[in-house]
Amino acid sequence: MSTNDKTLVVEDLKTYFFTKAGIVKAVDGVNFSIGPGKIMGLVGESGSGKSVTGLSIVALVDEPGKIVGGRIIFCGQDLKGLSEEQIRQIRGVHISMIFQDVMMTLNPVLRIDTQIVEALKAHNNISHHEAIELAVAALYQVGIPTPRERLKAYPHQFSGGMRQRVAIAIAMLNEPELIIADEPTTALDVTIQAQILYETQKLCRERGTALIWITHDLTVIAGLADYVCVMYAGKIVEQGEVNEILDRPLHPYTIGLIGSVPSRNTRGKPLYQIPGMTPSLLNLPSGCAFYERCAFADQACLEEPCVTEPVEGHFVYCFHPHVKSYP
Amino acid sequence: MKNGERPLIELKKVSKRFAKELDFSAKIARRFGIPVSEQTLHAVDRFNLSISKGEVVGLVGESGCGKSTLGRMISGLLTPSEGSIYFEGKDLFQLKGREAKEAALQIQMIFQDPFASLNPRMRVNEIIGEAPKIHGLIKPSNLDEFLNDLMARCGLDPSYKFRYPHQFSGGQRQRIAIARALAVAPKFIVCDEVASALDVSIQAQILNLFMKLQDEFGLTTLFISHNLGVVEHVSDRVAIMYLGRLVELAHTEELFDNPLHPYTQGLLREIPSLDKRRIEFAAIKGEIPSPFNPPPGCHFHPRCPIANGNCQSQQPVLKEARADHLVACHS
Repeated sequence: MSTNDKTLVVEDLKTYFFTKAGIVKAVDGVNFSIGPGKIMGLVGESGSGKSVTGLSIVALVDEPGKIVGGRIIFCGQDLKGLSEEQIRQIRGVHISMIFQDVMMTLNPVLRIDTQIVEALKAHNNISHHEAIELAVAALYQVGIPTPRERLKAYPHQFSGGMRQRVAIAIAMLNEPELIIADEPTTALDVTIQAQILYETQKLCRERGTALIWITHDLTVIAGLADYVCVMYAGKIVEQGEVNEILDRPLHPYTIGLIGSVPSRNTRGKPLYQIPGMTPSLLNLPSGCAFYERCAFADQACLEEPCVTEPVEGHFVYCFHPHVKSYP
Repeated sequence: MKNGERPLIELKKVSKRFAKELDFSAKIARRFGIPVSEQTLHAVDRFNLSISKGEVVGLVGESGCGKSTLGRMISGLLTPSEGSIYFEGKDLFQLKGREAKEAALQIQMIFQDPFASLNPRMRVNEIIGEAPKIHGLIKPSNLDEFLNDLMARCGLDPSYKFRYPHQFSGGQRQRIAIARALAVAPKFIVCDEVASALDVSIQAQILNLFMKLQDEFGLTTLFISHNLGVVEHVSDRVAIMYLGRLVELAHTEELFDNPLHPYTQGLLREIPSLDKRRIEFAAIKGEIPSPFNPPPGCHFHPRCPIANGNCQSQQPVLKEARADHLVACHS
């Protein structure tokens, strides 16, 4: 596929944090792209750089972090050269973000209507009355009962699930081309999570919005995503179609992650354990970052692996992709 | 449950109510003779459950359904408003003196957040060693050896015992919390969401450790979690709780193969799993109602797809619908 019909293309993105202790390469050469109406799952454990990837796209990385390299092409336009004001016009209108902690996203001392109207008026030339009508429609769409009354409520008067719906409604307001959702359902119950997933899935399909869903939960990704990127220590170690990644994983880390998910088939048996723990991203040694924890590692892995495509459309960053045993 | 054997823990009609204190205006209103009643919250409502020796019972429910309150009552952190909890046939809250102390040691609890449950100003050797030392379970001269052994069994390097909790990662802290609970050689453990705050690969390590120790120490466990995948993995029997009440109880395979309560069926439909790809999510409607003002009859009826008139007025009783499979539902 050519880059032109993609909503977002990220090429060799590098975001480093320049701390007193040294350089933290939180995102180190990340490549991916996403088309309209598609859902991409970005999976990784804490500290793998998945959230920083999301924040880099909307230029929200704070000091001492800095995007030091790569290109972010959104609808054919490189976001890196843009001024702060130009970025602000794209953020909120064309790209929205949903965060894990909604109490942090919503202003606790402002009523919901004030916050929604503010977001609408910042980017559109409309009257207050029109804005209220749009806000009612937006809340209705994410399944909030009696939206007109609920608009007058404060964030603390909503339950966690309802609050996350409000955040999604605000993210959807200006019909963005791309939504980046950073662990939006991690703190919620299963039934509420299913409701939120249902609403987002529906909205993406109906409006052709591209969605990047950042999470550590592979099971959610299995149910939601079309395409999966697995991140480890600042790099995407494997990416491909959801069925490819989950049924025929190639990278030892992905294989380990899938093996460590408890399910019915694992009952009573010990789960697969990835030995060791995530390495500190501070002054990471060269070569494969998974070297220490990998069962297949050898001398070759002390060098930097390159991305290969052993199966069409399935990319892996490893010297020893696990290709043999799949039919 | 094996027939004829006395259960290790038995809960009989255990209830816990919390009263919400009156706010300032309500207090004034009361002064002037206006009848304002205190709001009570039924966190746990006449809960019956028995757990045999060596069993792992999973307790599943949404946040706010009272599962943690139940766990805290069993471990003695809260006193039930009504009903009794029997441990080895003795009523826990009638015991006095030495017996009460011994029973308290026999039941230990492990909490969800290993960042909050460990005292940040104590070293690991004090955290783990304090209780066995104070209760005289270990001679001071043997303490070092005891700590080395216990830490190694919980997957901690014994050379770390003079460190503080902040020097450990989340997974290691949870290991410390487990070691602390096991240090007094308990018979019964209440695990409250022990693996929920951890990353997938660390969660796998903790669950494996838990299952290994379960065997080694011959523990009996109440495993509280909202993660059905985890519960299915570790439990022998599973209890489903909704708004303070037990709605279904069965052996793990039976429950997951033949869920009978509409709530359980909904929950099982909604757990995401690796095998379910690009599914159409269709959620249980609505949210868990406020426990201050629970719906009459069956608590689940406003969200239930098969509710009828009977469900709105009468509380269903727990009955055995299949062998060893209890469910509280009219249909």
